[in-house]
Amino acid sequence: MSDTAGAIQSRRSLNQYGGWKVAFWFLLPSAIGFVVFYLFPMFRGIWISFTDWNLLANEGEYIGAENYRTLISDDQFWDSMRITGWYVFLNIVSQTILAILIAVMMDRVTKSAFIRGVVLLPWLIPNVVVALVFVWLLDPNLGVLNTFLGWFGLESDFLVGTGSVIPTIAGINTWRHMGYTALLIFAGLQTIPKTLYEAAALDGATEMQMLRKITIPLMRPVLALVLVVTVIGSFQVFDTVQVATGGFGGQPGGPVNSSRVIYLYIYENMFRFNDTGYAAAIAVVLFVILMLTTAVQLRLLRAGESDLAS
Amino acid sequence: MTTQLSDMAGRSNMTPRARMGKATAWSLIALLLIATLFPFYWTIRTALSTNPALFSGSQGLLPPEFTGVNFKRILGLASEAEIQAASGRQNSASFDYLLALRNSVIIATTIAVGQVFFSAMAAYAFARLRFAGRDKIFFVYLSGLMIPPIFILIPNLILMRDLGWINTFQGVVAPFALMTPFAVFFLRQFFLSINRSLEEAALIDGASHFRIFRSVILPIASPQMITLGILTYVTAWNEFLWPLVIARDPDVQPLTVALGVFTTQQPGSSPDWSGLMTGTLMAALPVIIIYLFFGKRIVDSIRFSGIK
Repeated sequence: MSDTAGAIQSRRSLNQYGGWKVAFWFLLPSAIGFVVFYLFPMFRGIWISFTDWNLLANEGEYIGAENYRTLISDDQFWDSMRITGWYVFLNIVSQTILAILIAVMMDRVTKSAFIRGVVLLPWLIPNVVVALVFVWLLDPNLGVLNTFLGWFGLESDFLVGTGSVIPTIAGINTWRHMGYTALLIFAGLQTIPKTLYEAAALDGATEMQMLRKITIPLMRPVLALVLVVTVIGSFQVFDTVQVATGGFGGQPGGPVNSSRVIYLYIYENMFRFNDTGYAAAIAVVLFVILMLTTAVQLRLLRAGESDLAS
Repeated sequence: MTTQLSDMAGRSNMTPRARMGKATAWSLIALLLIATLFPFYWTIRTALSTNPALFSGSQGLLPPEFTGVNFKRILGLASEAEIQAASGRQNSASFDYLLALRNSVIIATTIAVGQVFFSAMAAYAFARLRFAGRDKIFFVYLSGLMIPPIFILIPNLILMRDLGWINTFQGVVAPFALMTPFAVFFLRQFFLSINRSLEEAALIDGASHFRIFRSVILPIASPQMITLGILTYVTAWNEFLWPLVIARDPDVQPLTVALGVFTTQQPGSSPDWSGLMTGTLMAALPVIIIYLFFGKRIVDSIRFSGIK
């Protein structure tokens, strides 16, 4: 550092806040990561969807919108969209209702840090592990859950029934995510002034009334955020399906493709049918659907507006 | 005053009905804890049993034939005779737990350290520096949150092939080790809340921004960066899809993928349940240990990211 006092002085007035000369070096590593692994692949992915890219040959020819035309008349694609939609619906409904209940209980009944800790635990466990544990718990012959349900005559096929496999996977992922969602909602609950509940209690309101008239309206921005995040995540279910339905020599997505969600269909087109161009086209459609869903949700839930402000 | 009043109202209202409500709430909490913890208990119980005992259909709460042999098996310490007795068959498939554990540690550590440090540099630029187009660039970074991973998985896999990085550690970690939009967002949010007076004093003393970043910001922000690092570590540990497509070779496979491969090797009629449950338990164990040590930090970080 051979800087004289004068040079320091002038550099400070010029570079107090850096400017590009400094910012360039701070941004360089993350910009490489972003451009190489997010931005460039995004445009390349769109390009690949207009080609007949073959992963084995690692090349493809431009074929225009052919992949998209195929997609419109592809029954398997629509089937997997329907399965994904059904999964998202079941998962979001059960997860959100349970999470709200858990959050309200953590807020109103006990603030125990131990309980919060236990409730979050499943969210930290790898999907693959969760899937395998539940394959075992839900095994039709040896699984402990069917033994338990058998006492009431309520046995289920769970993962091996064509009708029950999607609700079962939705249940498994509800088990894994409800605690995390509950903690997000719980954080929002802490921002509601306690005086509101006290006033309501004085007026003789019941817990149910307080939930409907105070908690839910004031929580709308947090609920909107939570729903956007969980719906996007839910659309992208893959690990659980791949492991819970594909283990033990079966074909993932079974039985008879009744759990072939959209991620799995993209994966199959890429690696089983070796049709990367088509896989990319489905991924583009999924991307568009996710953006539209988010926009609609934010509009419907009027995110950002809490009734507390008015 | 108001609080006191409502407290009194609450107590005098402890009629049988209110007491019933309290009891219902607590039994729901008990149910929640059981539903959350039972699968963990059953996994341990199964890992401590032998396969022949499991296949006899016993559903007792304790292991039907208590044994520690499955843990010896997974650590590669059991003899052939012991394996046969425990798994109930010859030549049972297995996976190299210690190798996969080593790979998971290498992968998760590299990703956590790299991602947090480089994202912190970017977050500093977005929070503290002024340059043309700053907010536009930050918005572009954030939009990366919207991209579904499978969409960029396809081109990224092709890129890795062109680079010759299939079945290498750099291939497994590269897409995550330089940044994620979430990490940049999380840290920028935190840097904005740090008081500027220390930095301004340093600037007046002629310190460069690199010095300020190293000697002022990093020490102040280290608790938050450690929390983010732990979350990143767990996320990297749990990642399945990317290593599944890029790490076909057991020498670089993390535990999640090795466990998935082990699963597909099982015979459909009589899977090696005690071996599988030992594997799942041991694959989750490091995450559970991390949670035991840093649980409070992790829980608090979710509150933090939720409100902001």
